[in-house]
Amino acid sequence: MTITKENIWELLEDVKDPEVPVLTIVDLGIVRDVVIDNNQVKIVITPTYSGCPAMKEIESDIQKRFVQEGISHVTIETVLSPAWTTDWLSGNGKKKLKEYGIAPPEDEVDKSVLFAKPTVIPCPICDSKNTKMVSQFGSTACKAHYQCKDCLEPFDYFKCLR
Amino acid sequence: MNKQEALYNYTLRLADDTLIIGHRVSEWCGKGPILEEDIALTNISLDLIGQATLLFEYLAEFNEDGKSSDDIAFIRHANEYKNVLLCEQPNGDFGQTIVRQFLYSSFAQIFYRELMKSKDAKLAAIAEKSLKEVKYHVKHSAEWIIRLGDGTEESHKRVEESIDYLWKYKNELFFTDEVDTLMIAEGIAPDMKEFENEYNTFINHILSEATLEIPTHGWEQKGGRTGVHTEHLGFILAELQYMQRAYPNMEW
Repeated sequence: MTITKENIWELLEDVKDPEVPVLTIVDLGIVRDVVIDNNQVKIVITPTYSGCPAMKEIESDIQKRFVQEGISHVTIETVLSPAWTTDWLSGNGKKKLKEYGIAPPEDEVDKSVLFAKPTVIPCPICDSKNTKMVSQFGSTACKAHYQCKDCLEPFDYFKCLR
Repeated sequence: MNKQEALYNYTLRLADDTLIIGHRVSEWCGKGPILEEDIALTNISLDLIGQATLLFEYLAEFNEDGKSSDDIAFIRHANEYKNVLLCEQPNGDFGQTIVRQFLYSSFAQIFYRELMKSKDAKLAAIAEKSLKEVKYHVKHSAEWIIRLGDGTEESHKRVEESIDYLWKYKNELFFTDEVDTLMIAEGIAPDMKEFENEYNTFINHILSEATLEIPTHGWEQKGGRTGVHTEHLGFILAELQYMQRAYPNMEW
């Protein structure tokens, strides 16, 4: 069987992000390229944060998925530049995040402006804009912690990284 | 010293800065004053250790005696570590940790912005990645400096004492010797002396905003870049190296 790039991308759609399992690694935008050369498959990925503890697991999950299809000649290369940004999160990914209860990244104010009014993050549960930031750092490096002042639900915000 | 040796030494200094301050911040894990800050500090530490990992992996590519990134990171004596003294200073209270982070991250933000222009593609890529994370660290620590300085009498007093204690270490961030000179000449390193004013202006602006007194003494304490450390580094290494010393070459 000849493997096409389309096949590879389809298989990658089955690999979930271990920390936000509602997203695939393609939704997340960390798969940067797929190269097929003489039946050798190379997948290029980039970390979300430099200390992201999920990278090794993602690599092994990719390998596992390909082995299931009988494809064992896969190499995975990690690149740092261009650095990952939340702009690479797909539209579909943003929708899935919201349904999962995590507010997707919004455009945000310049971080150098201290105490600037934080960007309004709508509550993913009730859509109220009456929310407050509890902490810039949430349960993982990529999230901040918010609370809705209307439905009172605490929620995670997938913070903007640019 | 040739270019390759200078690049190795230059990268090692950056790797040690991030590893040591990252380890220090990680000591807060499970001990933060409130849950949100426990999580914030642990995340900052994760970023810093992540940056250190990228730098140590780059060092391993130089293949000095076949050493792995872990060998370089963990199996050295205290005088072979080249981090600035600021990074190894104890956590003290929450305010002291914040002041240390503020003095370091404010520097790192300018430094990575300039290092992104490096002719060394790997260092430029690491800088690009790290800068995005460091911006959050600056925002977090600067906001806390203002909140604590302009807070209660007690928080003001404590954070002022921490500034007084750590002030003497900040200028070592701009340390320059033949390693830096060679790297600057090669277009690999930025000349940070050009940005000393920008750094001091930013620091002073935040301290004024926080109603804190800016120390006027010019006393400087240096040594880390040449391997002469304060007594604190040895204790960090005792903890950091314990597993590799007790069970050489162990992996998990």
